[in-house]
Amino acid sequence: MNDPNIIDWQPLWLSLKLASVTMFILLFLGIPLAWWLAYSRRRWKVAVEAVISLPMVLPPSVLGFYLLLAFSPANAFGAFLSRYLDLRLVFTFPGLVMASLIYSLPFMVNPILAGFRGLPADLKEASQTLGKSETVTLFRILLPNIHTSLITGAVLSFAHTIGEFGVVMMIGGSIPGQTKVASVAIYDEVLSTNYPLANRYAIVLLALSFAILLLVYSINHYYNKYKALP
Amino acid sequence: MTEPNSFLDFHATKMLHTAHGKQLLDIRFQLAKGQILALYGPSGAGKTTLLRILAGLTGVTTGHIRLGDETWLDTTRRIHLPTRRRTIGFVFQDFALFPNLTVRQQLLYALPKEADKKIIDELLALMELEALQDRRPELLSGGQQQRVALARAIARRPELLLLDEPLSALDDEMRNKLQEYILKIQQRFHLTTVLVSHYLPEIIRLAGSAIVLEKGHIAAQGPPAEIFSASNATNSFRTTGTILHIDPAGASSAISIDCAGTVIKLMISTSEAAALKPGQSITVFSPLFAPQLIP
Repeated sequence: MNDPNIIDWQPLWLSLKLASVTMFILLFLGIPLAWWLAYSRRRWKVAVEAVISLPMVLPPSVLGFYLLLAFSPANAFGAFLSRYLDLRLVFTFPGLVMASLIYSLPFMVNPILAGFRGLPADLKEASQTLGKSETVTLFRILLPNIHTSLITGAVLSFAHTIGEFGVVMMIGGSIPGQTKVASVAIYDEVLSTNYPLANRYAIVLLALSFAILLLVYSINHYYNKYKALP
Repeated sequence: MTEPNSFLDFHATKMLHTAHGKQLLDIRFQLAKGQILALYGPSGAGKTTLLRILAGLTGVTTGHIRLGDETWLDTTRRIHLPTRRRTIGFVFQDFALFPNLTVRQQLLYALPKEADKKIIDELLALMELEALQDRRPELLSGGQQQRVALARAIARRPELLLLDEPLSALDDEMRNKLQEYILKIQQRFHLTTVLVSHYLPEIIRLAGSAIVLEKGHIAAQGPPAEIFSASNATNSFRTTGTILHIDPAGASSAISIDCAGTVIKLMISTSEAAALKPGQSITVFSPLFAPQLIP
């Protein structure tokens, strides 16, 4: 770190770690949530859908501000976590994961939801008439037929977490090895007018983001082209 | 109302929301074991709804369904057996094959856990699907998909087979072939079947009894040959058409009528012709003296 031109890989690794952990947890959260939104007959599910999509329109600083308040041990939720689970979420890696789960949730749920809604309704009904439970139907029929949506959701939530900045600044700060992710590292380098190093981080992120999107579009293109419609 | 020998006992009421506004569905019927019942009627009469109620896919306002000794639905006792617990085979109008499974996998998926897997090979042979068993549905023709859907419904080992216009998407030749498959299945498995169809020859060929539905109610019920022909059979010919042209020629006039694409020309008295005008819809009624039937 003494030489201002040598790139420190730790923030990039931290970004990748944060994005991977977030993506895996979101897969397990996103599938049941999207399934419920797609098939529930409750009217208030629209409200749930709106809440899930809020992070897409909200300034990240607003989300970060409220998470900061919620996670703070001075408030009820934070105090509960700290006292009973020995969990501190402000300025820690678990806190970043928690915030990323909320921040990237719509990017996982919305593609999967669109996948479920795009399936013919009678696939699920046909499975029921064959004596299969909802769980068997979900894993044997519904999920295999929306695998492109699952890949899209996973990759987009991963990429979106990599690009996260405002929320991290609010609740993570810039603790090396803990909460200093790549996007924050760029900001720090710019503040100390070390443009060459900022540029290196930025180029890595740019290349990574492009590669991820290229992957998503290639997968979708492949399936649209080679999967003949019945 | 319940006949002692009935296997399926059905009664349901439900408010339908159709294109013509609200309409009450109120239907009651019984069916003996091993029989094929056809449901016939205009679209919106409630045929598919009735089938979906039998399958438990659509709810009712009041009703009861009993199959053998099992009660599937009884609104007075708050019984509603979920679809997966009803031993039915349902063939959907667009077949609803699973895109991710091969033909053989579709049948294996449908097979109950305790059932003998031998039936899969038997069904594949019976429906002439052996050569296609490792294909996915997207590579099958409409007729092949239909056979898979039928085989899959049988593999589930149902007590009641429900067919929702299974042949409507097919051309005449394919339709005839598939009717033979349905008869084959019927001879082999003796399944009690409810078939929705709007194609009379199909009903007369396959079904032992038929119900004509109109606006959510039963308009006629009985053996298909009786309700569709015998009761109003005459030795005369009746059709409807549109008047194209009237050509007066003295005491008689020549009148051209378009009957479903065939233009017929008749001579009628000019006084009769005076009451008619081109563009008018009319019924042509004529006794048959020397008809010729060409197959």
